[in-house]
Amino acid sequence: MQMSLWLTRIARRLAALLATVILGGILTAVLVRSSPGFDTDERLLDPRLDRQSRAAIQAEHAADHDVVRFYARYVGNMFRGDWGVSSSLKVPIRGLIGSRLPLTAELMAFGLAGAWGLATLLALAAVRYSWWSHMGSLLSIVVLSVPSAALAVLIFASRGPVRAIIALILFPRLFDYLRNLLADAYSRPHIITARAKGVGPFRILIGHVLPVCAPQFLALAGVSASMAFGAAIPVETLCDLPGVGQLAWKAAMARDLPLLVSLTMLITLLTQACNAVSDWAVVRRAGARS
Amino acid sequence: MQRRFRLGGGPACGGAIVKIRRMAGTVLLAVLVAVSFSGALFPRFSYAVQNREFTDAAPSLRFPLGTDDLGRDRFARLLYASRVSLLLASAASLAALLVAALLGGIAGYWGGWCDRCLTRAIDLMLSLPWLFLLLAARALLPLNASPLTSLVVTYALLALLGWASPARVVRAGVRSFRDSEFVLQARSEGLGEFRILWRAVLPNLRPILLAQFWTSIPVFILTEANLGFLGLSAGEPFPTWGSLLRDLQSPLLVRPEGFAPVAAIALSVCCFRLLSPKGRLQA
Repeated sequence: MQMSLWLTRIARRLAALLATVILGGILTAVLVRSSPGFDTDERLLDPRLDRQSRAAIQAEHAADHDVVRFYARYVGNMFRGDWGVSSSLKVPIRGLIGSRLPLTAELMAFGLAGAWGLATLLALAAVRYSWWSHMGSLLSIVVLSVPSAALAVLIFASRGPVRAIIALILFPRLFDYLRNLLADAYSRPHIITARAKGVGPFRILIGHVLPVCAPQFLALAGVSASMAFGAAIPVETLCDLPGVGQLAWKAAMARDLPLLVSLTMLITLLTQACNAVSDWAVVRRAGARS
Repeated sequence: MQRRFRLGGGPACGGAIVKIRRMAGTVLLAVLVAVSFSGALFPRFSYAVQNREFTDAAPSLRFPLGTDDLGRDRFARLLYASRVSLLLASAASLAALLVAALLGGIAGYWGGWCDRCLTRAIDLMLSLPWLFLLLAARALLPLNASPLTSLVVTYALLALLGWASPARVVRAGVRSFRDSEFVLQARSEGLGEFRILWRAVLPNLRPILLAQFWTSIPVFILTEANLGFLGLSAGEPFPTWGSLLRDLQSPLLVRPEGFAPVAAIALSVCCFRLLSPKGRLQA
């Protein structure tokens, strides 16, 4: 009984995930297709081209005109393992993404670990000492007020660690939330009682505070993965790092519809998967506690 | 009559610190707006005039931030960009908020399948990285699009993609009001659903809507700045804060005055963050 309930839940979640990914792909395809400059091709600006050459270039885009047909064919091929060929780079998309994904994953992992570590440490200090709270708030406001691309250039120009940029961009977004969450947890009656009874700070943190905050921590972990990818786009582009973020920028600049749709579906899938895992962990934890 | 259906309580945030914070934000923002708009009063501060004899000039009394490679006054361009970015970010925030209020209000008040569909749409919008969608849509403008068109389209896209987060907050707010006593009272007095929404729910949503409005403006300013950095904001010669940041793309060649747009963006975003109330429901 319990097993079938779990299976139904998992099946529902997977169906919702698949639907969201497909909808995300359709949304991008429609957005790209309905943009006024979709048919524009830089080659058409060449004054040496005659009418037939222009018509031949325009015919290359004809297959993409019907967005429903384009998308249905594209998704069908994708399920067979054929992700198509990038129209700008003339390279199979699957290989292109596969070769760039490790670098982006490494950047994101480094950024997420750094941001979470720094934000958690500062938030814990801020809860105990108001001076740290003011310092953290000030740092958070300063970093949040500077465009992430400018922050990337500033660190790059000062020969700072490029891999730390994403951590610095994510830190203020996590710090404010974590500080409020921890402050709320530390003000709960059972934790005040534990402190009054002389329980050590480390035991209070591990045994009482973290279990209270765990569901919100897990939910934030899912969201922060999506934020990390958003930050990776300007960082990779400006620091010339050959990752998926830079590929997304190149695809957009080159109006590469197949590549854009593939990237949207991949990004939506990863984001949804992160959210699903964090939701699953929250549900599992709630089940275990009850 | 309208006040009868309002919830009790004072302003959304209280306390002396919050008041001082908001006062500081208001004064700083007023100064920034006044300085940027004062540029329009002096014809000397033109963003497009090219002083060919003063290309790449260092800061001086005549050109406080120097000139660019075409001899254009960097200070004049910064003033103009400040006007454009502040005005259009506010307009885009207002447009996004209208969409969010409409969709979030419908989803929260009527619930059912309508709520489920809109919640799915909100989830979908929130799960896609903004910058990526903006890159895709903005890059597909025609190559011969005028600078004004590219500028308006950039901010229109921001409004079009920025409704999801406020819509979620509005939906939650409306849901909490839906079964409140004042709505029940309004219903018992025979008011229709739309009149209840208009006269009882909307006035109580004001703090939430205001909070979302002030929160969205800095988000849009920063997103436009990032787009401009990547070369996808307004076309030349039109200056925005984002397009001025393109000078920093070759960081090793940048002089200190090249960071003036970064300072202007940081100052304005700080002001909006100081102004932004903690839109809490006072149920």
